[in-house]
Amino acid sequence: MADSNVLERLYRQMLLIRRLEEEAARAYAQGKIGGFLHLYIGQEAVGVGAIAALQPDDYVVTTYRDHGIAIAKGMSPRAMMAELYGKVTGCSKGLGGSMHMFDAEHHMLGGHGIIGAHIPLAAGAAFASKYRKDKRVTLCFFGDGAASIQGFHEGISLAALWKLPIVFVCENNEYSMGTPLSRTISVDDISKKAAGYGIPGWQFRGEDFEEVQAQIGKAVAQARETSMPSLLEVRTYRYRGHSMSDPGKYRTPEEVEEHKKKDPIAIGKQKLVTAGYDEAKLKGIAESVEAEVADAIRFAEESPEPELSLLEPTTYDGPFAS
Amino acid sequence: MTQMNMVQAITDALRLEMRRDPRVVVLGEDVGKVGGVFRVTQGLYDEFGEDRVIDTPLSEGGIIGAAIGMALYGLVPVPEIQFSDFIFPAYDQIVSELAKMRYRSGGEYVSKLVIRTPVGGGIRGGLYHSQSPESLFIHVSGLKVVCPSTPEDAKGLLLSAIRDPDPVLFFEPKRIYRASKGDVPEGDYTVPIGKARIAREGDDVTVLAWGAMLYEAMAAAEQASEQGVEAEIVDLRTLWPVDIDTIVESVKKTGRVVVVHEAPRTCGFGAELVSLVTERAFLHLEAPPVRVTGFDTPFPYTLEMDYLPLAHRILPALLETAKF
Repeated sequence: MADSNVLERLYRQMLLIRRLEEEAARAYAQGKIGGFLHLYIGQEAVGVGAIAALQPDDYVVTTYRDHGIAIAKGMSPRAMMAELYGKVTGCSKGLGGSMHMFDAEHHMLGGHGIIGAHIPLAAGAAFASKYRKDKRVTLCFFGDGAASIQGFHEGISLAALWKLPIVFVCENNEYSMGTPLSRTISVDDISKKAAGYGIPGWQFRGEDFEEVQAQIGKAVAQARETSMPSLLEVRTYRYRGHSMSDPGKYRTPEEVEEHKKKDPIAIGKQKLVTAGYDEAKLKGIAESVEAEVADAIRFAEESPEPELSLLEPTTYDGPFAS
Repeated sequence: MTQMNMVQAITDALRLEMRRDPRVVVLGEDVGKVGGVFRVTQGLYDEFGEDRVIDTPLSEGGIIGAAIGMALYGLVPVPEIQFSDFIFPAYDQIVSELAKMRYRSGGEYVSKLVIRTPVGGGIRGGLYHSQSPESLFIHVSGLKVVCPSTPEDAKGLLLSAIRDPDPVLFFEPKRIYRASKGDVPEGDYTVPIGKARIAREGDDVTVLAWGAMLYEAMAAAEQASEQGVEAEIVDLRTLWPVDIDTIVESVKKTGRVVVVHEAPRTCGFGAELVSLVTERAFLHLEAPPVRVTGFDTPFPYTLEMDYLPLAHRILPALLETAKF
């Protein structure tokens, strides 16, 4: 049985991510957040469990479904929410929005909006770590849809060739946008592709954050100690559509409900109950999460938008040519 | 001062900077033991080893993507793309990741790296070994674009590029890799990015050129001089950010401008240069701006010397513009 302080911290993190995103969805519906908003709801145990297996100065790179992963890596809810609102106090000064969660202090190397393009980047970061012999590990997340694109092959191919300290984590949520896996990819388990690169790979389910932490932990240890990369597939499920503009009609309500029975947060809560947490203690956690979410929303709403004058200095270091 | 060709000058710059800064690494196809297809990285593998002079698979997207990741982590990569015609698999990495990193991370992260790549025609390379894609990169905000025409500039500009805080595309005109020879200062010096050079002074017409075509413009200018027309030639050196002040100053003096480039005419960099000049020096212009360029076709194999804007095509443009 894990230390109950650790259980509580990780459970609270999942709950915080869920509640932040639920409130982000509400703000989106109110028109306060624009553009695209890809929610992590249902997948929280993957990011939280995986990042719990890291050291604080390890690197994380992920795809556009990045809010939960950024929070798990240590980004403040204020910086995340303000970024979604497009406010200058956001993690990327409100210039990027939902898909651009960067946090240098916490070694969060970004959410990346172009599918698979970040996978070679992650290999490059891992190369730098090996070059500097600093024993850091890079964790690179992507979805099942990325497994068919150039960057997936090129990034993993280089990491395997150069024996880089990196773990590739495919969060397989069964749909690439609205099309089921069976219609987009020729294998039923993306980790099988590891064999083609000569690296280890395996598959596991991602509803239980302790299980995720243990499985990712094995891969991270391998990366740190022997500089052996690996390709893991974590089976998960998103409850919402691909983005806020996707009603998700390609899935039946029964299918979604079936998955909700294995809700990572409910599983986490049960772990705390088993560890002796009573209703009052659980309520205390929920209340502190609500306070933090409310604070993030208030902060985002009250923050100013970036000035137009910010565009040029964030494009080039020096003056513009014309 | 040492006599060098452009290949030797670039190698010299890479060697110097790798000795000075342990964060600098070179990666690309055949750059290691082989020393690169044009031998630009020759000797670096032996001196700096396989950790810093890294052979890669044929994987342009991977090369540039990995280099961006290295830069995010504080290394200073200098990836080579074997021919600029091969850069397109990496175009997404350059456009979506590299050029936008500073912006989309709100300044938290910058990918400071230099992509070196041979550019242009003149080696009978046909359509996949001859193109000049500079305008495709200038159009992407967030990138600096450099193209030297002399060995001295090549070394000094590459040293500037490696130390520059922004990502730089460093186009090396392969037609003059070995044909251009000149005195190159020994040791450390830089040629600033964003500063053009007056390669020839004259009062009658301004010529904007860079890379291998600089020499064609110079040859045309000598022939024009025999007919009483004195061309002022501006070697841009840095294409972006372009040294518009030097250009406008020259055009205000001559009242006439001819742009020369190898790339196809339509949406080539010449179009932008003409716009910039027109916006800033409209009332000084005595003649319509003229472009002498490649054609709006793929780069041909057999008709290469007709496609390129060589001196015999530049000369009439100079004379007619001066007479207009």
